Amino acid sequence: MVHRIVRKRPLIPGRTSELVIYAPHIAAKARPGNFVILRVHDKGERIPLTIANVERNDGTITLVYLVLGKTTALLDTLHAGDAILDLCGPLGKPTAIRRRPAPVVCVGGGTGIAAMHHIAKGHRLAGNMVIGIIGARSKDLLLFEPELRLVCHEVLVATDDGSRGRKGLVTALLEERLAGEGRVAEVLAVGPVPMMAAVSEVAGRFGVPCQVSLNAIMLDGIGMCGACRVTVGGETRFACVDGPEFDGAKVDFRELSQRLTAFRPQERHAYEELEKSHVCRCAN
Amino acid sequence: MPTRSWKKAMSAAAPTEPSRIRPPRTAMPEQPAGQRVGNFDEVALGYTPDMARAEAVRCLACKKPGCVAGCPVGIDIPGFITALAAGDVPRAYAVIRRANSLPAVCGRVCPQESQCERGCVLGLKGEPVAIGRLERYVADTFMADGACAVLTGAAACPPPVAKTRVACIGSGPASLTVAGTLVTRGIAVDVYEALHEPGGVLVYGIPEFRLPKAVVRREIAALKSLCVRFFTNWVGGRTVMVPELLDQGYEAVFIGIGAGLPVFLDIPGESRIGVFSANEYLTRVNLGRAYAFPEWDTPVYPGRRVVVFGAGNVALDAARTAVRLGARSVSIVYRRSENEMPARAEEIRHAREEGVGFVCLHAPVAFGGDAQGRLASVRLQRMRLGEPDASGRCRPVACEGAFCEIEADIAIVAVGTRANPLLPRSTPGLLVNRRGYISVTEATGETTLPMVFAGGDIVTGAATVISAMGAGRRAAEAISRRLLG
Ligand SMILES: Cc1cc2nc3c(=O)[nH]c(=O)nc-3n(C[C@H](O)[C@H](O)[C@H](O)COP(=O)(O)OP(=O)(O)OC[C@H]3O[C@@H](n4cnc5c(N)ncnc54)[C@H](O)[C@@H]3O)c2cc1C
Ligand code: FES
Repeated sequence: MVHRIVRKRPLIPGRTSELVIYAPHIAAKARPGNFVILRVHDKGERIPLTIANVERNDGTITLVYLVLGKTTALLDTLHAGDAILDLCGPLGKPTAIRRRPAPVVCVGGGTGIAAMHHIAKGHRLAGNMVIGIIGARSKDLLLFEPELRLVCHEVLVATDDGSRGRKGLVTALLEERLAGEGRVAEVLAVGPVPMMAAVSEVAGRFGVPCQVSLNAIMLDGIGMCGACRVTVGGETRFACVDGPEFDGAKVDFRELSQRLTAFRPQERHAYEELEKSHVCRCAN
Repeated sequence: MPTRSWKKAMSAAAPTEPSRIRPPRTAMPEQPAGQRVGNFDEVALGYTPDMARAEAVRCLACKKPGCVAGCPVGIDIPGFITALAAGDVPRAYAVIRRANSLPAVCGRVCPQESQCERGCVLGLKGEPVAIGRLERYVADTFMADGACAVLTGAAACPPPVAKTRVACIGSGPASLTVAGTLVTRGIAVDVYEALHEPGGVLVYGIPEFRLPKAVVRREIAALKSLCVRFFTNWVGGRTVMVPELLDQGYEAVFIGIGAGLPVFLDIPGESRIGVFSANEYLTRVNLGRAYAFPEWDTPVYPGRRVVVFGAGNVALDAARTAVRLGARSVSIVYRRSENEMPARAEEIRHAREEGVGFVCLHAPVAFGGDAQGRLASVRLQRMRLGEPDASGRCRPVACEGAFCEIEADIAIVAVGTRANPLLPRSTPGLLVNRRGYISVTEATGETTLPMVFAGGDIVTGAATVISAMGAGRRAAEAISRRLLG
């Protein structure tokens, strides 16, 4: 099975792109909250990426990545028409989506906004009232806002520098919303660990349940190694099969951010070697 | 064939007086310990033709061979050794292949000392014939091309009849055996594997220095040449469901997904950076070739002081891997005594030679570390041996108040694995037992779902390559009886 890139769209030049990939057998099964594991060359490592969208009729899935290390840098050298060497999925438990009497608030930060999009879309299709809250440092780093406007009833934006929407953090917008009129059924957050921790804290204060999607380090993605283990409510869980979504109030975020640094020196080294090796990166 | 040296070997090995004095077992040439700790190349180098013949002529070709009774797949051992002694390697290969579709693998990793070689009469007074080494020699010497002719006696395999198709989920030895058996009977087989490389534990678990991946790739290439198709990155229960496969026209499904879920110790600090399951550590190094980082992208780091918990083959593999990655010290920590260690004697000897330390009668109670969440030490409790338990081994009993702390920046937990519930949970009607293993009718491997079979570690719990192959064999027989009548 060859998985070709149908379309590539730079979202933040040189940093973040969107790939639409032909993978009908994955598209047929993928549900909001699922992820894939991919490898881009025959000596490559396996990395997880959350599925940002699925077009079942076209047989495609959409992935959005931030160039962070060697694998994403190599992924970024691929163009439309190129194949992804290994693509495995859909993995993880899908988001528990059911009909809710009150709005669902979906919070996204960084590339997590794209991942959150698929979940927001799922809630919308289930007939729920969906409010999107997204944030970035500045408006150039904000992604998927137009896509979210298509699936959310309302989209609130915050940027650190105030270049778009409210100046400040997504948590401020969330807090206002939760303090305001009308009940909120559920909060869901996808993004950097500190953001998810802060969102969980705010939701907890208002007594609203909050799901977070955890981006742990993964290897096989099917529960065979425990690299992805996270502590939830004092118990060890595997993010790849028990998650990736968990009750934010119970997640040990400190441990998660520590575990994410496990291979930092090696990752940096590999990336530097790649930079030195003059791989053409002019794919955009 | 170097006939001259063959004759020389014969005369050296078989004294004219075939009396009590049998020549000693031919030693396996090995990479010296000092050298092999610095590479991932195979430790056992394999017999030369002379050595193989010298060893083959030791076999008495017993009428009632104890060795065959000890072989889980019933290879005609005297048959292949006699062929080998006569210099007919292709025939020896054909004899082995009739019962065993992965001889180059089994010759290397089977626990022969507790199976075929235990039944060898020569073992009563001296040392048994080195059956495993001979099996390996035959498989390595006889290159797998033309496998079809050897297996079926026909110039080409019966072309798979497109309408009889069987799917295997998982690509470990159990599934490979099912595929190898069915395809030579004209049944088309597709193998669906979750990882990006087929082979199961043979690829992600057992290290290169015990089982070179080239050997596994060769066995898989032989299956591909017989038209077995491999679909990697397909997860049963996620990408494809068992009932779907039957709907898509597969007439039977075989589930051989192994028992890959790692068991952790469940003690404080186990989520610290530097604590790995043996599966993670070995998968990084074997499947991800992390020993060749950064040429290969999957990272691992050597660590300075490595402790490994457990004393089975998996623990020993992890410890010997750590040595090769360059750890300054590597210790096995085991809660019983040396006598109870489940690993093969040869592995323990190899590990010792490579400088692995053994701390017996100690059990971990907590992991300690720094504020960044990294592992720095392990707290151990002294144990003593109590009454024998159900397995017949003495139960370890904690010594009250006897604790000690050892330094460690990598800890590898190798205390076993369990059934991965992912596929069973997504397959309605598939019955599993209390521990999550799939329930089957033993003789056929059939599950509670019609035309769905299972075998290997997912049925028995973690066992051996050869027992998984035996289960694959039984299921393949049952499937072909059903499909071909
Ligand atoms: C480190 C280590 C060393 C060992 N050493 C020895 C030894 O020296 N000698 C010996 O005899 N035995 C040894 N064993 C045990 C032996 O390897 C196993 O008993 C044997 O491989 C089991 O075979 P299997 O076919 O049941 O499954 P496995 O070899 O476990 O293969 C199962 C395959 O299924 C795949 N899979 C899992 N879930 C799914 C799914 N849902 N969909 C698709 N694919 C899936 C897995 O990725 C895997 O590739 C060792 C095991 C380990 C871990
Ligand atoms: S990634 Fe290996 S268990 Fe989750």
